[in-house]
Amino acid sequence: MDNKVVIIDYGIGNILSVKQGFQKIDANVIVSSNIKIIETATHIVLPGVGAYENGMNALNQLNLTDAVIKIANKGVPLLGICLGMQMLLDESDEFGVTKGLGLIPGRVENFPLSILDHEPIKVPQINWHELVPSQSKNNWNNSLLKNHKQNDSVYFVHSFVANPSDEKHKLAEYICGGNRITAVIEKDNIWGCQFHPEKSGATGLNILKNFTSL
Amino acid sequence: MKRVRLIARLDIKGENLIKGIHLEGLRVVGLPSDYANKYYHQGADELIFMDTVASLYGRNHLGDIIKSVAEDIFIPMTVGGGIRSVENAIEILRLGADKVAVNTAAVMRPNLISEISNALGSQALVVSIEAKKISSDKWEIYTDNGRESTGIDLVDWLTEVESLGAGEILLTSVDKEGTRKGFDLELIKTASNTTSIPIIASGGMGKYKDLQDAVNEAGADAIAMADILHFNRLTFASIREQSINSKIVIRKHCG
Repeated sequence: MDNKVVIIDYGIGNILSVKQGFQKIDANVIVSSNIKIIETATHIVLPGVGAYENGMNALNQLNLTDAVIKIANKGVPLLGICLGMQMLLDESDEFGVTKGLGLIPGRVENFPLSILDHEPIKVPQINWHELVPSQSKNNWNNSLLKNHKQNDSVYFVHSFVANPSDEKHKLAEYICGGNRITAVIEKDNIWGCQFHPEKSGATGLNILKNFTSL
Repeated sequence: MKRVRLIARLDIKGENLIKGIHLEGLRVVGLPSDYANKYYHQGADELIFMDTVASLYGRNHLGDIIKSVAEDIFIPMTVGGGIRSVENAIEILRLGADKVAVNTAAVMRPNLISEISNALGSQALVVSIEAKKISSDKWEIYTDNGRESTGIDLVDWLTEVESLGAGEILLTSVDKEGTRKGFDLELIKTASNTTSIPIIASGGMGKYKDLQDAVNEAGADAIAMADILHFNRLTFASIREQSINSKIVIRKHCG
């Protein structure tokens, strides 16, 4: 069966760029907020930029929260990007506690501001950073990051950090001010990128391509 | 060490990429999409597109250009020129841009900064500042691509735009722009001592050493480059190599 990537449109974030990223790698991609169409996807993408509460409210208002959880639990590969990645966790501390999708155990918390090396930390953190394997992973074989060169950088824009409660659900991190910041999370058929693969050049497009082959 | 972003700046008039001196005396360089694609493939960290006559005519003509380049370019893009409302900003982001830059309209109505920042987040808002030196340690803010003086002091304006929610500052020296004589280091230093938000230094880069001085001596967080790239005096590859050799921390790029 051919792939059918469905990007969930809940009115949040730069969906066009994500769509164009998938088009560039010749994926069959559509954007939809219709549950019936989302249910036919072979791969689901949850994008998002902005505040956590706005994101969850928008998903709830379109009755998509339960639909996304149900489809993810059926084993359909799901990729959350930026806010969409943070929404995969249980809850967030951003402007009061907001409940998330609860697909990967953990919380979204403040960006650590203690500088452990000489790199100053600015929040929002807007920059390119190299990915490093998380402490529980030896390699990225057969993962979203297969073929990713360890020194290659990807583009981040965020003010809060996803902290899975189980270390094994962290696939990659980056180092900022000496702190390890979660960059990629995974659990079974669910993946999340804190960075924007659709804004990370050829390296980012390779990660989108990896997702469509999962 | 902080990481420095290397940005290509494309000033556009109508359909053409142009380049001037002191933001005036514009000459046509070529098609913006050709240069944007070239810089993307060379490894630019970001692109900035500025419509140089938008304020004059009251509208931004970059929409079609952005829409078409966004199909092939997958790095952050900032678009400025003639943005007067949250609606204008949303329209630009919907076409594939990631940030908008405001100058003239924000000077006329500073609340535009907080409106865009609240609606789209501070990470999506660059405040573009055109500064002209008026005494040894004072700069005045200009608008309309260096055409109109405002009487506003640089330090006062920086303090105000930061409190209103600006995410970054694109700081252009009207005196140095297009001269290839190096950045106005005192200007950059004054700005980075005044505000904690990132400063993108723009205007005057004539050789690699100018970049090094802007970062090491003046505290720039990012460097916007235009004619040094447009006329092939340096490429991103050589800038990257020299940055690594001179221990400036940049994005690692494996091509």
